[in-house]
Parts: sequence; C-alpha cells; structure tokens
Amino acid sequence: MSQGESVQPPAETGTSQAWEPRIIAFLCYWCSYTGADNAGTARLKYPANVDIIRVMCSGRIDPDLIMTAFARGADGVMVCGCHIGDCHYIAGNHKTMARMPLVSRVLQDFGIEPERFVHEWVSAAEGDKFAKLVRQVTEQVCQVGPLDWPRRMYERGVGHGQDLQPWGDRA
Amino acid sequence: MTTNGAEIDRQPGKLRVGMHWASSCGGCDISLLEIGEHLLELIEVADIVFWPCAADFKYRTVADYPDGYIDVCLFNGGIRSSEHERLARLLRRKSRTLVAYGACAMDGGIPALANLKSPREIYDAVYHSNPTLHNPGHVEPKTQWATPLGELDLPGMYPQVLRLGDIVDVDYQIPGCPPVGAQVWKVLQAVVAGEVPARNSAVRVGCDNRSVCDECPREKRKTRIKAFKRPHMAVPEPNWCLLEQGFVCLGASTRSGCGAQCPKAEMTCRGCYGSAGLSSDQGTAMLSALGSVIDAVTEDRAREVVDEIVDPTGTFYRFSLASSALKARR
Ligand code: SF4
Ligand code: SF4
Repeated sequence: MSQGESVQPPAETGTSQAWEPRIIAFLCYWCSYTGADNAGTARLKYPANVDIIRVMCSGRIDPDLIMTAFARGADGVMVCGCHIGDCHYIAGNHKTMARMPLVSRVLQDFGIEPERFVHEWVSAAEGDKFAKLVRQVTEQVCQVGPLDWPRRMYERGVGHGQDLQPWGDRA
Repeated sequence: MTTNGAEIDRQPGKLRVGMHWASSCGGCDISLLEIGEHLLELIEVADIVFWPCAADFKYRTVADYPDGYIDVCLFNGGIRSSEHERLARLLRRKSRTLVAYGACAMDGGIPALANLKSPREIYDAVYHSNPTLHNPGHVEPKTQWATPLGELDLPGMYPQVLRLGDIVDVDYQIPGCPPVGAQVWKVLQAVVAGEVPARNSAVRVGCDNRSVCDECPREKRKTRIKAFKRPHMAVPEPNWCLLEQGFVCLGASTRSGCGAQCPKAEMTCRGCYGSAGLSSDQGTAMLSALGSVIDAVTEDRAREVVDEIVDPTGTFYRFSLASSALKARR
C-alpha cells in the first residue's frame, strides 16, 4: 500500500503439524562461512533449518537486516563472525560485539525471546562448533515455537487497514 | 497546482485547506500557527474548510462536501481508534491532496511507543493499577452504551498504533514533532505556487535529505565513547558533539531540516524528523551507528558500555516505532 507494505495476507505458518523453524544465519566470509564449509566437508550432520547468508564481515551485518529477517517471517536469526582479534578487516567484529548486545535487548522489548537470536564467534577451523551451534539453536527455536511475525502484523492492520476491529470488542 | 502532470480542475479562486488531528497531542495544530504573520498571507489565498482544533466544523459538514472538495488536508496524528480510521478514510475521499503532517501521522510518533505494550497492559495501567487512580467499579471504556435516549456507538481502541499510510494512500509526508514553522511555510508557499514535487507517499517535504549531524554546528573530534550519560547527569561541554561526550544524540540517524535546533540548544536530538536513510527503520540505524563509535576492545567491556543506555528501544525509536521493521511488541 501507500508506504510500500504488502497487502496480501501472508501465508499461515506454524499451524500445520509439520512446522519446521526457519533460521537465517548471517556468516562472515573469512571465518564463519568457511567454518560452515568446514562442517560440510567434514560431513558433520546438522539440521537443514538454517538459510545461510554470506556477508563480507560481521561488522557489515546491519541490525536492520536482523529485524527485517524477523519481520519477514524468520523464527530465529544467527550472527557469526571471526573471533575478536581475527577480523580480516582488523576491527569489523569490534562493531559487531558492541551492536549485538543492544540488538538482543531491543528484540526482547519487541517480545522476541532471547532463544531466537544467537550471536557467536566461529573460526574457519570450527566446523564442529558451527554444526553444534546450529543443532542447539534449532532445538531452542523449536521449543519457543513459530514466531509468525508477518501474519501477526497483518492481523492488526499494518499496511492495509482492512476490517480493523477495536481491541476488547472481539467476542 | 500541477501534480503528477495532471492539471487540477478547481475553479479559480481560493484554495480549500483542512487540518485534522487523530492520535495527536495538538502540537501539530499549534505548529501551523508558528508560521506567524504568514498566516494572514495564507488566509488571503486559502479558505479553511475543516480544522476541529481551531474552528467549529462538524464531521457531518465534511461528509457533505463533494469528493475531492478539500485541496490540501494536513492530517496529524497516528491511527489508534476506529474514529481516527473513519476520519482518515473520509478525509482521503474528500481531499485532493492528503498530507501526513508530523511524526505521528508519518511514523506513529510518541503514541506509537505504546506499541511496546499490549492493549491489556495499557488498559490496566490507565484504568486500574496507576497509583493516582480511583476506579472501584473497575470501569473500562465500552464501544456500545445504552442511554435513556438510545444506544450510543463509541470509538474503540485498536490493538496497535498505525500510521496514516497504513490506512489510506498519502500524497506527502511532512516530518517533525512538530514540523518547524519555517519549513511548514516553505511547503505552503510551494503548494500555493504549484511547485510541489510529484505525489508519492514516499516524498517527504519540509525537510532536507541529509542527517541532523550534517546541519549541526557542534565540533566532531573523532572521540570514541567510553561511557554513556543521561542529560541530567552532566552539563555538556559547549560546541562539542554531544554524542562524543556520551549523551545519546540521535542526529546521525535523523533526517535534517529542523536546523539542528536541539543540539544548538545543548539538548540531544531526540529523532523527531524520522529516519535519515532509505530504510524507515530509524532505530537500527542509530544502533548501528553507536556500535561503530564505542571504545572497547573486549566483549565484556563493550557490553558494559552499551548496558549504560537506559531503554534503547524507547530512545532509538522514540518517534518512529510504527515505521520500524517490527512495528510493535509481539
Ligand atoms: S550527534 Fe548530535 S551533537 Fe553530535 S553532530 Fe550529530 S546532531 Fe550534533
Ligand atoms: S534536533 Fe532532532 S529532536 Fe530536535 S527538532 Fe531536530 S530532529 Fe527534532
């Protein structure tokens, strides 16, 4: 509509029995993505619920991307970068380490459980750490259940304003 | 006035101007008076055909106008109740140009901070738990009420504050809480002269395209932040960037146009002109900017510094929660 919102009711998620969480993982190119690759080459098993998005540096992960991932339907978000001291761009991950604690506080104010947002350092050699992390995050997101943000906002009239019902009047 | 290249077939004569308040504090209505003596010039070229704050117009009067009768309608305040929604739809029909006027209509404004609470929590605070209340009958607002004279239909509160643009198409947005007088006058002059940009809800008028930091005269010394302070905790050093001194100043994420009034007056920018960037999420822009200027080399230290910020969500999204990516508490 006028401010560029979608007007189509979002598809229902999480109501079918076979709900699987959708987790977006932002991984930095130099360490964590290579770490994930490492998990792959070592044929480590981890759940297929993560969609990996490779970025050049974890300092490049604008918090907007994290909020947008949740707003568009992710059930969980992971942010991984090089350990402090290992950044390919010297201090990119120093920015990450100052931003991520704020991101999780803001997410909790929006009612998004801490289980849904994980920030970890994963080096290029830590394939097993990555696989373990994905297993752990998938499990904890499964426990808190579907987030279903697009549908929630649609039902409250965001972006279309159709058939709004005053709160408290509903039977 | 030409917009979208189409000539508007209004009879020669005066412009018809309307102004309405929805979920608003009234400040925007007052800000129109801030154009001062120009008000007289405005009255010469324009008739006010609807302005509940200043003159006695009934909703019925507006409903009786032909569609498109109002040339420019300045709509301030967000959409919080069924009454706001009804008037938004009515005024959209009756107006050729509908302007989201001020932070609330454009981005939800201060009232949208209530989106961080559920309607139940809001009702409990407002009608039951506030220490200054006396409500022994636990009375709450109703949308239907039987009176001896008949059934009353009353407006009901919506589950969250929406922007005007969530309900109807908006032609322009004028940011500000409230918009500053000089900018408002510039916009009105442009309207009268037919010099407004083509209609599009994304077009913001009455502001610039930079950030408040660009307009701010305070000196940037490239200092990184070791600790945050709240305004009551210290007297800022004059002429030095407030953010570098540790005060959470939102200038970096906020659109310019106000003339950096607040930092010039030793007060941090609170962000009322909305997002400076392409994304409408002003809060994450500020969060991101802060992350880049914190002076810490260990994770624990970084956490300590950012933990000094009291209420980051309420601070970074003070005027724009309804335009943020997430928009409201779950
Ligand atoms: S952060 Fe605030 S004080 Fe510093 S330059 Fe920007 S607007 Fe001015
Ligand atoms: S400095 Fe910031 S808070 Fe003050 S008027 Fe300008 S945008 Fe609004």
